[in-house]
Amino acid sequence: MAGLDEGTPLFIQIAERLADQIADGTLAEGERAPSTNELSAYYRINPATAAKGLNVMIDDGLLEKRRGIGMFVSVGARRQLLENRRKQFADRFVDPMVAEATRLGINTDELVALIRDSNSTQGGTNS
Amino acid sequence: MTSVISVDALSRQYRGQLALDNVTFTVESDSITGLLGRNGAGKTTLLRIVAGHEFATAGKVSVDGADPATSQALMRRMVFVREDQSYPEIRVGQALRVASWFHPNWDSDLAASLIDEFNLPVDRRVKKLSRGMRSALGIVIGLAARADITLFDEPYAGLDPVARQIFYDRLLAEYAEYPRTILLSTHLIDEVAGLLDRVLVLDQGQLVLDAETDDLRGAATSVSGPIAAVEEFCAGRTVWNRRPVATHETVVVAGAFGDHDRARAASMRLILEPQTLQQVVVHAARANATDTLERTKA
Repeated sequence: MAGLDEGTPLFIQIAERLADQIADGTLAEGERAPSTNELSAYYRINPATAAKGLNVMIDDGLLEKRRGIGMFVSVGARRQLLENRRKQFADRFVDPMVAEATRLGINTDELVALIRDSNSTQGGTNS
Repeated sequence: MTSVISVDALSRQYRGQLALDNVTFTVESDSITGLLGRNGAGKTTLLRIVAGHEFATAGKVSVDGADPATSQALMRRMVFVREDQSYPEIRVGQALRVASWFHPNWDSDLAASLIDEFNLPVDRRVKKLSRGMRSALGIVIGLAARADITLFDEPYAGLDPVARQIFYDRLLAEYAEYPRTILLSTHLIDEVAGLLDRVLVLDQGQLVLDAETDDLRGAATSVSGPIAAVEEFCAGRTVWNRRPVATHETVVVAGAFGDHDRARAASMRLILEPQTLQQVVVHAARANATDTLERTKA
């Protein structure tokens, strides 16, 4: 189970991995997604589990099936994913960070300064 | 999917000892099912009855609608690889040839490539093989038979982790290409967890867990930290196990935790860890032992 964790159903993790690849562009729109058997062999999981993961992606409109050829990344999939993730960003990252900062006595100005520092070391734009 | 193996209220008694106690389950066609449990839990007895090598004391077993103990046709559609498989005084190559006569779907190319991968000496006498090599031979036969119903009983005694990985990878590849019904008994639960559609857990002859593997993922979580905080966090949850050390403790509770719970745990300095399938199975067996104990006392 290459790199998969214990707590989450495997098919969800498979779908999340594929979504990550689409979001960061390694799996481009219009490109063929890995097949059930390829995913099964790579992650060392049951093919039914791999198929379930792919079906989640189809239901979400991120992949589309082309009969007899395979599954392909839908046009607009990347934008859709990035929009979703922006919406979840506050919940998943900002809120826990602010909570921990409060506990450590880091005030909002100091926190903002830390984010600026981190952004510039990672070469991000500081706008 | 249709069920291919159907076990109904099956019991098996040996001289007053119940090896199987009223076991009921079905196995769907084209699936991989793990048969888990401790030594002496009844796994081998169950597989032997499904394979038709042994009779039930009570209850009914049918495989594709037929009785495995009497159906000749069924025998050719089944392969049963045992942990302690004994072979007559023959060489590895002959053992494979015999197996190829017996199994109509035998794939000799597959057998050859597996022999290569496991480094099996074809000219050596089976009796002279190491334990691991004998297990590898069983695995070659089990996979190359391409039998509709494939039963593996702890097929890897003496196999090292590399060889076991070969087995898992080839099993998956074979299954993906030629789906079949596979029932695999094993101790190495976490190694096979990703392969299994379903798990059946036997304990003292009783079936104590019958579930889809993915449903068991996140079935239990451990919570570690200062005792007071752990107790506050776990209030209202089903506790499976509690292990204190001085002022700290680790409590295993049923169920998974969502984002909100995780954030709360982090703010309380608690560590949450999902439990592996193996741990869930151990708990199921232990809970059954406690029940049995209490029933005996009552």
